[in-house]
Amino acid sequence: MSSTLGSSIGKKLLMSISGLFLILFLIVHLTVNSLLLVPDGGDLFNAGAHFMATNPAIRVIEPLLAIGFLVHIIYGVKLTLENRKARGPARYASGKKTTGVTWASQNMLVLGITVAAFLVLHIANFWVKMKLTGDPLLEHTTVDIAGVPTEVENAYALVNATFGYLWIVVVYVIGAVGLAIHLSHGFWSAFQTIGFSNLKWRKRLSVLGNIFAWIIGIGFSSIAVLQYLFYQPN
Amino acid sequence: METTINIKLKVWRQAGPKAKGRFETYELNNISTDSSFLEMLDILNEQLINEGKEPVAFDHDCREGICGMCSLYINGRPHGPDDDVTTCQLHMRKFKDGETITVEPWRSAGFPIIKDLIVDRTAFDKIIAAGGYISVSTGGVPDANAIPIPKEDADEAMDAASCIGCGACVAACKNGSAMLFVSAKVSQLALLPQGRVEAARRAKNMVAKMDELGFGNCTNTGACEVECPKGISLANIARLNREFLKAGIQD
Repeated sequence: MSSTLGSSIGKKLLMSISGLFLILFLIVHLTVNSLLLVPDGGDLFNAGAHFMATNPAIRVIEPLLAIGFLVHIIYGVKLTLENRKARGPARYASGKKTTGVTWASQNMLVLGITVAAFLVLHIANFWVKMKLTGDPLLEHTTVDIAGVPTEVENAYALVNATFGYLWIVVVYVIGAVGLAIHLSHGFWSAFQTIGFSNLKWRKRLSVLGNIFAWIIGIGFSSIAVLQYLFYQPN
Repeated sequence: METTINIKLKVWRQAGPKAKGRFETYELNNISTDSSFLEMLDILNEQLINEGKEPVAFDHDCREGICGMCSLYINGRPHGPDDDVTTCQLHMRKFKDGETITVEPWRSAGFPIIKDLIVDRTAFDKIIAAGGYISVSTGGVPDANAIPIPKEDADEAMDAASCIGCGACVAACKNGSAMLFVSAKVSQLALLPQGRVEAARRAKNMVAKMDELGFGNCTNTGACEVECPKGISLANIARLNREFLKAGIQD
């Protein structure tokens, strides 16, 4: 099995599996984030965030998620470096005029770096404050969860205040669009790599992948933009 | 009615594997648009020999698109501007009068240059030798329909078998990956009962040899499929991934 994972297809398998795992994470993340748009002063979002923070299953998955990110990033860089070496130093003087190759598929590392750069800001904005340092905005508030009044952190206040800055919203939109373009190739490519594709499924997977990519991209960016435009306190 | 064009050729010249190469420009007049690209290069070489110069070295053999010997990266595309043809099947009517045509060798670390436009493609032979065959017990000729094979499988196997191993896939790939070639060679046998016997071993050995020879990792860009003169499909790469991962799980 070690020789399988060490081979070119094995390394791609690790990219594929970690990528699909990160896709699952994105679905959960966007679902919870969509609660930010419920105009109830953030109670439902706070309840959702509380559920995510206290749910034992999520606590188990969180370190796995970190490993998923690391594997995806490390192998992405490793594969790209190997591929540059395999390609050799000489370039074609007459360029590349091959048609029908998507820009995304040839720039996955650049798109990945865009997403990773966004992640640094994103983690500093929320994860660090919620899990490590705390923030005055996170002061407890009471929400009604299934009829039971529960004291929870006011995550909504932190999100709402963060999206009050235009530059942060702009960076989030850039990150989300970069992610969408990354996924427009990554989604179908992950299935191709594990062998789940053929003449029929290739078309289906790339259509599905494009739809998914833009639901994620437009979903995340529109939440940030709408928060900036319509959900600010004054 | 025959029409002729005048062209300028920008050709890669390199004396040997270690020598430093450069582009040389040549002018060719009155080239018939009915001639093939290789016939045009023959005319160029005749002209060069008459001038007492060294002719351009390029690979060619059958000149009917089935041997996989001709290569050439022409004006930004392997096998030139036409689709689904090899360089020998490319006609000069695809070029305009007065056009400058750039001719380069395949460029990939797996295919080192031997001379001018000729690259060393023995890496492909080594991959085939690692498992691209079936071990047949020879004997009497079996009945044609003794082993029933679904039409779809036979068709797909035949499509995969049309790979001529020219290397355009590697030349077009930004990763210098040979996956389209290897996947065609694995698929043509994996789809048929006779090839199933050694399927797991074949997939493992051919991929191991491909990695060992320094070809890159496939990132599914699909440039190979677009430039393949035989239209080999990316679906073969998915099949190779399946065969290889299945073989890994069996261990």
